[in-house]
Amino acid sequence: MPLLLAAPLLLFMLVFYALPVLSMLMRSVNDPNWTLSHYASLTGDTVFLKVFSNTLYTSLTVTAGALLLGYPVALALVRAPRYAPVILILILLPFWTSVLVRSYAWMVLLGRHGLINEALLAAGMGQPLRILNTPLATQIAMVHILLPYMVLPIANALRQIDPSLARAASGLGATPWATFRQITLPLSMPGVAAGVLLVFVLALGFYITPAMVGGTREITLSMLIAQQVDQLNWAYAATLSVVLLATALAIIAAFYRLPGVGHTLRTSAR
Amino acid sequence: MTVTRVLPAAVVGLILMFLALPIVVVMVVSFSSATYLTFPPPAFGLRWYSAYFASDDWLRSTRLSLWVAASVVVLATLLGTLAALGIARLPKALRVLASALILSPLIVPVIVVAIGIYYAFARYGLVGTPAGLILAHTCLAVPFVVTSVNASLAGIDPRLEQAALSLGATPTGTFFQITLPLIRPGVLVGALFAFITSFDELVVALFISGSGAVTLPRRMWDDLLYQIEPTIAAVSTLTIVLTVVLMGCAHLLGK
Repeated sequence: MPLLLAAPLLLFMLVFYALPVLSMLMRSVNDPNWTLSHYASLTGDTVFLKVFSNTLYTSLTVTAGALLLGYPVALALVRAPRYAPVILILILLPFWTSVLVRSYAWMVLLGRHGLINEALLAAGMGQPLRILNTPLATQIAMVHILLPYMVLPIANALRQIDPSLARAASGLGATPWATFRQITLPLSMPGVAAGVLLVFVLALGFYITPAMVGGTREITLSMLIAQQVDQLNWAYAATLSVVLLATALAIIAAFYRLPGVGHTLRTSAR
Repeated sequence: MTVTRVLPAAVVGLILMFLALPIVVVMVVSFSSATYLTFPPPAFGLRWYSAYFASDDWLRSTRLSLWVAASVVVLATLLGTLAALGIARLPKALRVLASALILSPLIVPVIVVAIGIYYAFARYGLVGTPAGLILAHTCLAVPFVVTSVNASLAGIDPRLEQAALSLGATPTGTFFQITLPLIRPGVLVGALFAFITSFDELVVALFISGSGAVTLPRRMWDDLLYQIEPTIAAVSTLTIVLTVVLMGCAHLLGK
């Protein structure tokens, strides 16, 4: 009976999702016949190596940026209950807006005649900065888009810290900074790890934002995959897809071994 | 007020401005009277909204996106709710396996899902059809329905169902009179998420909407390749309002 209830969805997902994706991925090992040559040739493939390291580098910088901006916001969300509703709305409104619209917003802001350049020119800068269609534009827009994924798990971990610990520390003479460094920060680490995991893994697969604001010189793995499909290079696209998927899964597996990460992720779902 | 208190507040304020700024700018630009994209607008007007409502292409894509999203809601909510009810009662090994399949679209990079679906749907003859979009978007939307219904199922006291059964209610009667009313908020939240997942979806649509089923995000993308004219700002503002209202409902329901 329980299996009967789940069967329609399981069959649906097998036919329209799992088998399509798997049969595509199989092209990496059975095109034209069984072979591992597509993977073997990756090690000497300078285009792949450059794109792959660029993708990892972008994900790393975006994760670092999101952590730097996200931690203070999470702290404010938990510590300043009077402003919490306003802060939450300011985090959730962009979060609920589609990635396409937010990437478009950054095109408007960063363009040659965008808000940033008009402001700089008005402030006396000689000529407009070239930000749009550079890796910097991708990084700024991705930090913006992924920031909520960092803030929410960290806020969740901070909320679970027993407030009497901080009171005890300051009662024993610790300065606010020492209390933060020795009590709050270590106890919030599961949230930090969960946020870092979410942002890094999501950043790895980003396609729309780098394609819209990042220009064509420094592309990401997702963009390379899309290009290869356009040229009907299915074996190469499938091989790159397996690399992308395996990288994401390896990072998830590594982070899940850290204490508290699984719990924080499950309880931040809401 | 000392520096140690004002400084952190100022930093957080700046970060929150960074979060809100792009959305605000798009909304302001959409009311620009200029024929090209510039900020701040020289004057305000509704010309880009009239341009949107006067364009058959934009309206056709809007109708298609709404129709596809509504179909996805029906399909994903029905399949997802049934599956959530079933999975909760499966033996552990099967439950883990079934959940892994259903939740995997949340983890697999969307470009991989998109090209996999394109690869197969091209053979099924589903590329360029609304049906193809509905089937693909349902797979992406289902994880949200299942997790949301699961969360409400976990909050149900099992004694309520036991009490109904021991008082002589049939399993079907128990489901409709006890279980379904209790999980209704979860089902509704899942349905709202399913709608937005489909309505905002672009990557899969880039590959499978062809020229026969151009969704709203797909048309925005195509237009952006040529010029960033303010019609897109007007369309963006309309979709922001729609999704924020729906997500706000979901947020309040989920409380």
